[in-house]
Amino acid sequence: MKKVFSRPKSLKNTAFHYCGGCGHSIAHRLIAESIDELDIQDRIIGVPPAGCAVIAYNYFDIDMLESPHGRGCAVATGIKRVLPDRVVFSYQGDGDLAAIGTAETFHAANRGENITVIFINNAVYGMTGGQMAPTTLLGQVSTTTPPGRSALLDGHPVHFSEILGQLPGTMYVERCAVNTPANVMKAKKAVKKAFQYQMDNVGFSLIEILSQCPTNWKMSPVEACRWVNEVMMKEYPLGIIKDSKR
Amino acid sequence: MQGNRVIGEAAIRAGCRFYAGYPITPQNELTEYMADNMRRAKGGTFIQAESEIAAINMVLGAAAAGARAMTSSSSPGISLKQEGISSLAADELPAVIVNIMRGGPGLGNILPSQGDYFQATRGGGHGDYRTIVLAPASVQELADLTMDAFDLADRYRNPVLILADGMMGQMMEPVEFSDPSSRQYPECYILKGKGKGKSKFIRGLILDAIRMEEHNWKLYRKYQVITQKEVRFETFWTDDAEILIVAYGTAARIAKGAIKRSREMGIPVGLIRPITLWPFPMEVIRSFAERVENFLVFEMNTGQMVEDVQLALGGIGKVQFYGRPGGVIPTPAELAKVIAYQARKK
Amino acid sequence: MIRKTIFAGFGGQGVLMMGYIYAHTVMNEGYHVTYLPSYGVEVRGGTANCTVAVSDEEIASPIASEPDYLVVMNKPSLYTYQNRVAPQGIIFLNSSIIDTRPTRKDLNIHDVPVGDIAGKLGNPRVQNVVMMGSFIKKTGLITPEAFLKGLKQILGEKKKSAMEINRKAFAAGYELEI
Ligand SMILES: Cc1ncc(C[n+]2csc(CCOP(=O)(O)OP(=O)(O)O)c2C)c(N)n1
Ligand code: SF4
Ligand SMILES: [Mg+2]
Repeated sequence: MKKVFSRPKSLKNTAFHYCGGCGHSIAHRLIAESIDELDIQDRIIGVPPAGCAVIAYNYFDIDMLESPHGRGCAVATGIKRVLPDRVVFSYQGDGDLAAIGTAETFHAANRGENITVIFINNAVYGMTGGQMAPTTLLGQVSTTTPPGRSALLDGHPVHFSEILGQLPGTMYVERCAVNTPANVMKAKKAVKKAFQYQMDNVGFSLIEILSQCPTNWKMSPVEACRWVNEVMMKEYPLGIIKDSKR
Repeated sequence: MQGNRVIGEAAIRAGCRFYAGYPITPQNELTEYMADNMRRAKGGTFIQAESEIAAINMVLGAAAAGARAMTSSSSPGISLKQEGISSLAADELPAVIVNIMRGGPGLGNILPSQGDYFQATRGGGHGDYRTIVLAPASVQELADLTMDAFDLADRYRNPVLILADGMMGQMMEPVEFSDPSSRQYPECYILKGKGKGKSKFIRGLILDAIRMEEHNWKLYRKYQVITQKEVRFETFWTDDAEILIVAYGTAARIAKGAIKRSREMGIPVGLIRPITLWPFPMEVIRSFAERVENFLVFEMNTGQMVEDVQLALGGIGKVQFYGRPGGVIPTPAELAKVIAYQARKK
Repeated sequence: MIRKTIFAGFGGQGVLMMGYIYAHTVMNEGYHVTYLPSYGVEVRGGTANCTVAVSDEEIASPIASEPDYLVVMNKPSLYTYQNRVAPQGIIFLNSSIIDTRPTRKDLNIHDVPVGDIAGKLGNPRVQNVVMMGSFIKKTGLITPEAFLKGLKQILGEKKKSAMEINRKAFAAGYELEI
């Protein structure tokens, strides 16, 4: 019998601690599959964030270096400059990347660091219990915006991928989702392409992944997937934001 | 050569191949020296980072990837680096951090000061850790201690701080560079991609209390070894001294000048100069107390190291303090007057 | 023996260079030496100064609270530093542009018309070296040959052609009646 579903080589045989229906699990899986398919497990180095994915090093069977909250792009820069022939990626949440780590992310992109950033946008601070993230939608209820996010008081949802797309140092940015099998396939293609670009020395790439957080959204996994489609994608449309090789 | 540039040259000679920094006076010449010269070194990387926070985190990445790495700043910037320094200590990664101190708190000014002693010697950031702190008092020592800093960082897999001030950084003195030792850093601690072996990770997050405690005790035991093995100090005219000054860095230089004047007036005074501020030469100071009763701690702040001297003496002897904070540089003559006053009182 | 000198003037008058060459040459002669330039906001707004300390033993402080010598290239610097000079100290004064005298009476004032001399030599940029000629003669710590050797090292290969005019400037300052 042909095996159609198996654990990617680049994932350890450890059960994820993520909540049921969490987008992180899917994102991990498609990153691991991309690593396997490109055959770079031996020479990739990952930088997990502070956030729900903080112990990603327990899951990925690759070398990893923990980063302080938000500094993933600076840490990845340090590694990549010392080891330019390795593939280096940071894995960051929306709070990590687009709030506390804004400067590090922006300037790594602006320098055109040849690294890949996986940006998990779940519109909340997952790990700390569902506070407002920079990406939280207007009207969205979070523990720090109990009446819903107000533009007046709390500012607007940040479109970080679009901002980075403006920079000449950025080579490839795409927004994907992991809420349907078709979107997962597309997301994986994007991640793989981003790694491939890095291997070809193209430059800075970032893949944003709209990622369901049923726990903090207070929804069932199925509802969460639907919410990504019906609400989140209206604010954050999927697609290629910049691809300088195209 | 100018002090700031000497640090850069010594670092490159010691095999530093990664430098990231952010401009701040009075250490800019060091950043600029690295910009000019790091690329000269094979495989060397210089990055002007977007902030001190970014710089220290780049150093974190570079250190994990196996490079001898350094960053430098002055007081306000060092505050911003503390998160990263704490991470380096937690991860047991080697790195050299240079603080060319200026007057504070806050933005303060850009003049020489010793206000960051507490921050430097107590770890500086959050959590239960220490950094080795080296306090040079001449341009020659800036060169020597910078080279040693990289060896110490590797040996103990711990961040090492060079604590100097604006005067050390700005002034020029003759200098000779010694030959660097060859690097001894075990491959097994370097992240390079797993290759054919097992994957590894470097992290500070340990959620389980018992395991975190174990990690803390492990670090503690390392710090104990450092405390036993790495204390450095200089003594000056101590043999017949009845008053002992304790001072480091620029203040120690001034103290030497003051001691010469005092000796001419027949006052038997000497100097203990801690070269490592952490580990602090506790036992040396204590052993002097068997013979000498009067200690005068002299710092360019309102009194920080004086607490360590009191701790070392444990209640025996008399400890006086003289300090000038805020970027004021006292003269040897001024300190000599203080010494004369102490001598009369005694 | 310890001798401290403050060099001060406008940025662009080669003030830091004077101190630097001096420090370099006395170092060649085996003295202990420290050179401390002004830095940061102090040098914004167009003034520059540096302090050189020379001694036959270890130097405690590179700062000069009471300099033995003061070399001033412009008027504001004279006002700033004249009261710091040690009793009976010497002021070397750029008399081409400084038309006032120090108020203190105990000082030894030495006028050097560096602008006029450099002008005659056809190169206003060597004013600082003219001053050094006079300074080296009056202070007598090192020989003119030692100074010129140090100057040559600092100018280096690249500025070989500049050495000739600098040598003339130095000689003009050195030969001045004092
Ligand atoms: C300096 C610092 N501030 C705050 C925190 C606490 N913290 C940990 S994760 C996190 C937010 C995580 O949110 P996000 O980046 O969106 O990741 P998610 O958990 O949603 O995947 C915060 C605030 C920290 N670890 N460090
Ligand atoms: S809190 Fe949200 S993001 Fe975090 S693991 Fe649970 S579902 Fe995933
Ligand atoms: Mg999030």
